[in-house]
Amino acid sequence: MEIHEYQAKEILAQFDVPIPPGGLAYSPEQAAYRAREISGDKWVVKAQIHSGARGKAGGIQLCRNEHEVWDAANALLGKRLVTHQTGPRGKFVYRLYVEAASDIEREFYLGFVLDRATERVMVVASAAGGMEIEEISRDKPDSIIRVSVEPAVGMQAFQAREIAFALGLESRQLAQAIDTILGCYRAFRDLDATMVEVNPLVVTAEGRLLALDAKMSFDDNALFRRPNISELRDKSQEDPRETRAADRGLSYVGLDGQIGCIINGAGLAMATMDMIKHAGGEPANFLDIGGGATPERVTKAFNLVLSDESVEAILVNIFAGINRCDWVAEGVVQALAKIDLTVPLVVRLAGTNVEEGRRILDQSGFPIITAETLAEGAEKAVAAWRVFKTTTQPGGAAS
Amino acid sequence: MSILLNQTTPVIIQGFTGRIGSFHAQEMMDYGTRVVGGVTPGKGGTTHLGKPVFNSVKQAVRDTGARASVVFVPPPFAADSIMEAADAGIELCATITDGIPAQDMIQVKRYMRRYRKEQRMRLIGPNCAGLISPGKAMMGIMPGHIYAPGTVGVVGRSGTLGYEAASQMKALGIGISTSVGIGGDPINGSSFKDILELFEADEETNLVMMIGEIGGPQEAEAAAYIRENMSKPVVAYVAGLTAPKGRRMGHAGAIISAFGESADEKVEILQEAGVAVAPTPSELGSTVASILARAA
Repeated sequence: MEIHEYQAKEILAQFDVPIPPGGLAYSPEQAAYRAREISGDKWVVKAQIHSGARGKAGGIQLCRNEHEVWDAANALLGKRLVTHQTGPRGKFVYRLYVEAASDIEREFYLGFVLDRATERVMVVASAAGGMEIEEISRDKPDSIIRVSVEPAVGMQAFQAREIAFALGLESRQLAQAIDTILGCYRAFRDLDATMVEVNPLVVTAEGRLLALDAKMSFDDNALFRRPNISELRDKSQEDPRETRAADRGLSYVGLDGQIGCIINGAGLAMATMDMIKHAGGEPANFLDIGGGATPERVTKAFNLVLSDESVEAILVNIFAGINRCDWVAEGVVQALAKIDLTVPLVVRLAGTNVEEGRRILDQSGFPIITAETLAEGAEKAVAAWRVFKTTTQPGGAAS
Repeated sequence: MSILLNQTTPVIIQGFTGRIGSFHAQEMMDYGTRVVGGVTPGKGGTTHLGKPVFNSVKQAVRDTGARASVVFVPPPFAADSIMEAADAGIELCATITDGIPAQDMIQVKRYMRRYRKEQRMRLIGPNCAGLISPGKAMMGIMPGHIYAPGTVGVVGRSGTLGYEAASQMKALGIGISTSVGIGGDPINGSSFKDILELFEADEETNLVMMIGEIGGPQEAEAAAYIRENMSKPVVAYVAGLTAPKGRRMGHAGAIISAFGESADEKVEILQEAGVAVAPTPSELGSTVASILARAA
């Protein structure tokens, strides 16, 4: 789960990470009021969306008086920002964070990630701040400092000191640097984060350390014990299709193709999408309906896939292991009785009781195209999609 | 022969009396697995499915001589159950549970390192289908009847994609020595390399099918091992060619974040190590068949 910059900063501040004074605004009036509250003579108005690279997209604006703050807020609120992380659909700005602007002396990168190779928390730091870590590792690989945390005892102060000295910080900044680094680590550990990133971490003209931007993401598997983190979820930043799926216990990722997929198992789902592409089509989504393909789940899955207006054909691929093909087939038939399907449907069943399952589909009276193998399923789905596309007016699939 | 598991391996079920544990315990027994009991704290001394229930893994090991366990315990308590198994001297633990927090798995892996390598429990999973030695025994949730006994070792992250491979092979008359699902989580018990080592040493495994997916460094690590150490042919497939970068594809581990983690890059790395990579998931069986024919 992702959260906003201002939320990450509120969390990190509780763990002794120094942040600039700032406040949230939902309107230009609030933004101007926040600026007055914060006081000072310059502010940044920052669009709160779940994405990095906001600056390049115009989502961060420096303002020198309250009128500029008002204007910046007015321009940003309700605007759709497109960055290389949001995808072409972009993300809408509904909240702003107004913050005191700082005079920056030096910029650093500080990140905490789960390292799969060492199976530990890894701290990554670099004196090349402000850039994204991908850019740093490509352009300045030697500048990257890596420190691995021993899970039994957690991060130690000496490791934080090593990072601080490697970044070239001065002795007077040392205590603050240790607080910042250990604070980020404790937030990561105590809240089941999967990523904490302070970029940039800066030294101001006055010689103080400040976290100017912060990003955190959290382990979905651990949210059961982090209700305070679950509360920070902002559904306006999610693909609405994915929100609907998550609320129904389905694993869904929206893509840009036309062939809707309903599959059991994540690996088989990815493989089926690959097969569709190989057959000349593009998948509209990743959808894993899980092990027990009950009629209720199959119905939910159909409704979800069909809510995407670009879907022009559906491929169901179920490998019945624990469950049986005849149950899955009955689920498909029951789902079709409840929905008004206007796009072609290809169903491939395999596994336990497959003959019985196919018989149920064939005798259902619904126009279901059946397939025996994975390849046949994908080819038939792509072929049916092509026919549908050429015989239907654009938009006909959305009814 | 087979790796890790056969019909003589004494197995206990952790989370035995729950709905899911009960269902799959019965399936395993029906398949021929030597299930000697189960653990549900608080229900010790009772009998379930005709087998004794114990309060702790230690007690179960002492009374039944169990050497392996299958974990069906819900995610909030699963890491604790795995460590309990390791502490009780269980040699092989297949954890089926999906949704264990990553930091819990870090703790589990660290805890297991207290034991010397030769005494350390071998963990399979979590978030996996388990393992099966066809015709002998299974520890997991797979449909046993789609696997034919034979000489191909299978290791993969995904459950249903593993079923796909097994049924394609069975349709071509190709059997399996053991199939191991290592699971879709970012931090898991056994890696591809760990299982490849066992297949390389197994006299009756002639070829290994490895089914990878996007995300993580384990396919690249396996490729390096194959290039340096494997004498047996390896056939691979990597799922997720159409997966966009930075998006999690169902499995918590299936997310592309670094070089060598996309499907294209993994295919390239494996091919460089001499692995025959199936071009599509419908050619898992036929690719194995063609390599077997070449070796014969």
